[in-house]
Amino acid sequence: MPLDMELEAVLRPMQYPMVPYPPKFITLANGKIMVVRQAVREDVPAILKSVHPCLFIERDYYDIVSARLYGELLAWYRYRVKSEYCLLGQIDGYLVGIVNGRLENEKVGMSYHTLAIDRGLRIGSHLFAAKMEYHMEYLMQDEVLIVAESPIGFRRWMIEYPLEYTKIPHELGGGDSYRLTREIYLKAKPRFVVGTRPVPQELMDVAEADIKFADDDTIRERIAGLKGR
Amino acid sequence: MRDVAIIGAGMIPFGRRDEDTLMEMLAYASLKALDDAGLGDKSVDAVYVANMGGGMLQHQSAIASSLVDRLSLLPAAAETIENGPASGASAVKNGLLAVASGYYDYVLVVGGEKMREVTGWRATDFVATMTHPQVEYPYGITLPGMGGMFTRLYMEKYGVTREHLLAVSLKNQAMGTLNPYAHVEMALDRDGIFDSPDAIVNNPTSADPLHLYDLCPVSDGAAAVILCPLEMTKKLAKPPVLIAGFGQATDTQTLQERDDPTDLKAVTLAAQQALEMAKLKPGDIHVAELHDAFTILEIAESEHVGFFEKGKGGKAAAAGKTRLGGQIPINVSGGLKARGHPVGATGVAQVVDIVWQLRHELPENRQVQNAENGLTVNFGGFGNNVLSFVLKRVQP
Repeated sequence: MPLDMELEAVLRPMQYPMVPYPPKFITLANGKIMVVRQAVREDVPAILKSVHPCLFIERDYYDIVSARLYGELLAWYRYRVKSEYCLLGQIDGYLVGIVNGRLENEKVGMSYHTLAIDRGLRIGSHLFAAKMEYHMEYLMQDEVLIVAESPIGFRRWMIEYPLEYTKIPHELGGGDSYRLTREIYLKAKPRFVVGTRPVPQELMDVAEADIKFADDDTIRERIAGLKGR
Repeated sequence: MRDVAIIGAGMIPFGRRDEDTLMEMLAYASLKALDDAGLGDKSVDAVYVANMGGGMLQHQSAIASSLVDRLSLLPAAAETIENGPASGASAVKNGLLAVASGYYDYVLVVGGEKMREVTGWRATDFVATMTHPQVEYPYGITLPGMGGMFTRLYMEKYGVTREHLLAVSLKNQAMGTLNPYAHVEMALDRDGIFDSPDAIVNNPTSADPLHLYDLCPVSDGAAAVILCPLEMTKKLAKPPVLIAGFGQATDTQTLQERDDPTDLKAVTLAAQQALEMAKLKPGDIHVAELHDAFTILEIAESEHVGFFEKGKGGKAAAAGKTRLGGQIPINVSGGLKARGHPVGATGVAQVVDIVWQLRHELPENRQVQNAENGLTVNFGGFGNNVLSFVLKRVQP
């Protein structure tokens, strides 16, 4: 059905100009190389296929994180969210982690979600750090508002960085936000922000080809199986 | 006193067993051991259950009483043994003494723990309850914290390096990938956890100088053995394994009260007692399961048991002497580092792994060739209550 572009223009939130996130690669604990790159809108259908099986995993709040992430990515795909971005972690083309967020305004960022599809490799930690790196070093923002929906997230972000508590309601659930300021970021950066640029072209070619994803059972086993960590 | 043999051994895969209760895990491991023993219609006379945290983590007490009923082993005698992380070996020792004394013929010993039911903080706090309640615990000491301080001292006194710790970590996690019972089935890469600048995130400092991959995981799991007099093992399907020796020793609760905190006297004494009882020397041991809750402990225990001179254990690990095929293969199972450390289960699991080694029934990539004698060290507290067993293959 053809879109009514006049109405569509009203429904679509405004977008701030955003410089792209320069891709990087990271060597993981098992020696595998993870490429971290910015997703483009056309990647969303493939990303959602990886998120879908996570919707039904209760362990460690994967269900709520995945459900919200699914909606956020869909909103981005269909132009219903302001200034959203999404970064991907890929190993040999396989999607192993997703982070997203958006710009509340030019100076304040809103962190959305961090979803590690493969576990035990600190993929979430690397991708969250990449997200903060994007806000602070490329989008040149002053602060990022963050909440955690799982105890793991609370430990990783609020405690380990550590973030600053605020009374500002976060748009994910309305709870009090924690804040990453530039000062906190610069102190935390040596411990969390790693990776090498530029990414060799052969690695980028694999990452940017069709996004590969494991089958649903494999994803569920990695996240919630006996060996899930 | 009668000679006592292990005639059945069973374990359930360690990991994060969200779907199983503590009682179910204990029952599964027990049934595996009972099945392995092939006792037919014979039941067991007594059940010893090793568990450290059921009261704190599951709000459950009298666990052994519950288990005998669950397994329909009534009216077998039942006792729960709590001795910190050495609970498993303590339960085996109690079972051993009960059979050796002639009071019981068939005894089930099972150890289990369900630690992943709580957050990592709570699990760390639970383990820290074994520290001194006035001079350690209130000040926030944790077992990894003690491990870090112990490592620093060991480095200063004996020249142990991070390279040596790394060798233990790489070895044990590599072996874990071959063990279907291991919690962590991921091989580590030296570049990823040590050489690369990215290692600072992959393998962060946990308790300086220990890093993430120097520590064992927090695991759920259970393991069990069946004991009986050696003289009653002739008609069984699987070869019995003799408990040829055991030892147990204690030390001061706090490290700072020891003349030399790097001297793990209880390990030395327990291993000496076990070896003397078995009439063996450290050099006669073909395979060992040591309590590597932290990588430094595998190195330190390998010296205190007598496999290497003091100060040589780290170099030996780095030189590959403790690998499968090396001078003395240590923690071929992956050890606590990879198999995992459900505290009440560990001491029993070590015995189970040695039984499998001495029966020569493991796959080639895990089997120590021609293994005849094996040794375990189960380390309670920070070396303040240690048990050691020497097991011997019984010639058919």
